Amino acid sequence: MSLNLSYASLKSLRAALDSKQVSSVELAEHFLARAEDALSLNAFLHIDRGLTLSQARAADARIAKGEAGALTGIPMAHKDIFVTRSWRSTAGSKMLADYVSPFDATVVEKLNHGAGMVCLGKLNCDEFAMGSSNENSAFGAVKNPWDTSRIPGGSSGGSAAAVAAGLTPAATGTDTGGSLRQPAAMCGISAIKPTYGRVSRYGMIAFASSLDQGGPMARGAEDCALLLDAMAGFDERDSTSLNNKQAATPILARFSEAYASNASTGAPLQGVRIGVPQEFFGEGLSADVRAAVEAAIGEFEKLGATRVEISLPRTRLSIPAYYVIAPAEASSNLSRFDGVRYGHRAKEYRDLKDMIERSRAEGFGAEPKRRILTGAWVLSHGYYDAYYLQAQRVRRLIAQDFQEAFKSCDFIMGPVAPTTAWKIGEKNNDPVAMYLEDIFTLGVSLAGLPGMSVPCGFGADKMPVGLQIIGNYFDEGRMLAAAHQYQQVTDWHARTPEAFR
Amino acid sequence: MELHPDDLKRIARLARIAVSDAELAPLQSQLNGIFGLIDELQAVDTKGLEPLAHPLDVVQHLPQRLRDDKITELDQREANMANAPASENGLFLVPKVLE
Repeated sequence: MSLNLSYASLKSLRAALDSKQVSSVELAEHFLARAEDALSLNAFLHIDRGLTLSQARAADARIAKGEAGALTGIPMAHKDIFVTRSWRSTAGSKMLADYVSPFDATVVEKLNHGAGMVCLGKLNCDEFAMGSSNENSAFGAVKNPWDTSRIPGGSSGGSAAAVAAGLTPAATGTDTGGSLRQPAAMCGISAIKPTYGRVSRYGMIAFASSLDQGGPMARGAEDCALLLDAMAGFDERDSTSLNNKQAATPILARFSEAYASNASTGAPLQGVRIGVPQEFFGEGLSADVRAAVEAAIGEFEKLGATRVEISLPRTRLSIPAYYVIAPAEASSNLSRFDGVRYGHRAKEYRDLKDMIERSRAEGFGAEPKRRILTGAWVLSHGYYDAYYLQAQRVRRLIAQDFQEAFKSCDFIMGPVAPTTAWKIGEKNNDPVAMYLEDIFTLGVSLAGLPGMSVPCGFGADKMPVGLQIIGNYFDEGRMLAAAHQYQQVTDWHARTPEAFR
Repeated sequence: MELHPDDLKRIARLARIAVSDAELAPLQSQLNGIFGLIDELQAVDTKGLEPLAHPLDVVQHLPQRLRDDKITELDQREANMANAPASENGLFLVPKVLE
């Protein structure tokens, strides 16, 4: 039987490379051709065949010398939030339309130079990773491969769409309030946002520094485990990178050991307690998403897990807390764009101040402007304590609620988003309506916990639904292992959109 | 909290973003929608709670790590200057600031 390269797992691509069934150059050619055929999805922002093929030739040389690691020679692509020395780095913004980074992000160094993965190019995203629909990209909306009239989710929408359409076997993404999990859910793929501080933020264009985390997106949980293991690790160039003992334990080791002893019993998840928060299943959750998520939790019970009812009482408050903290940090981070040292500069201006104000007015799109202005307001004199510090105090309550919940369960499960992917244009004139869609992902971000999205079925409109798995700090290995057990008995993660088979 | 046109002009000035007269009204209404949402925080009793800036601080104290005081940056002058919108003789050009 020949392997369907477009949708193969990373493990089977490794086997194909090692047995010389295919070379890294052939794999790169295969996916580049698919990406070029699928330009109408608008998933890629920059492809450069020459650069990709030179990385692939280097990988083939490593393989020939017997120096290949688990990921050497396998293609992937980066969300255009990670800076790259060779491909343009735009953050989906007109502000950085022509920016070429003088250095590679740590994640780029680790995956491409270290692990030897082959970069296919840069992927579209919401401008500065701000958005839940990918409609905020200055370079146009990304389309969902399951229905091209719909959004792919955001902000890592290009990454999710590219994996879902088989344009790349893996991609990087970033998550500030749900930007890995929500697009993964809406495109029917797997993704994990690790514990805050696991993956280096060095070279990740900053949005909200106390929330931003990079992570992998791929078809299955096992793929994500391989990728996260290669991405994570202490980096002295990121001031909040973790270097404690828990962070030093390899994710892949935890992944392999977690449920190995029960594997042959037919109930590999025996003893695992799944907390189901009542607040994730209330009003506002659409019936089809609820049904798919409930069925998935039932599947985990069949694998031996037990269900525990829990409460996360401040779920609703995560929305206002996030929409104070994230804009406040964004307004500070984005103050660096002044049209002087790099980035867009207005053509006409009266003086220096006018030049800066016009450059920023022209370079930023509507959503970054709204967030910068909101952030400037909540940080301004007279409001700092009442809004910013109050939000940080509520953040502590939200994080404490999760710790309370983990006293009675190992994982928390629920929906990633209240609905499946909506139509392009449906909500993009109403920022508040869009913000409310983030209700199930924001708390995890504020608490800095690891969170996954795993495909778990389809909604009434035949669009994918994602199951969210939330773990306690540093528990990524076990979360991925539990998700992998689920993916051994279900095939939602292996479904592919008809138009891209 | 309700934002008035003068408040909007003030924060736009603080944030150094030019806002045209035509943009004022729609932006004001969108921001007031957002402020309506974040006003929900005011009703929460947070007496005695410390603000949480680093999320993991809720389970373990993580002291701010400081690096050694030595040069770690490579000389990237050429690559950095290549991104400048306007430069001359290795210097960034801006409109005249001093008469």
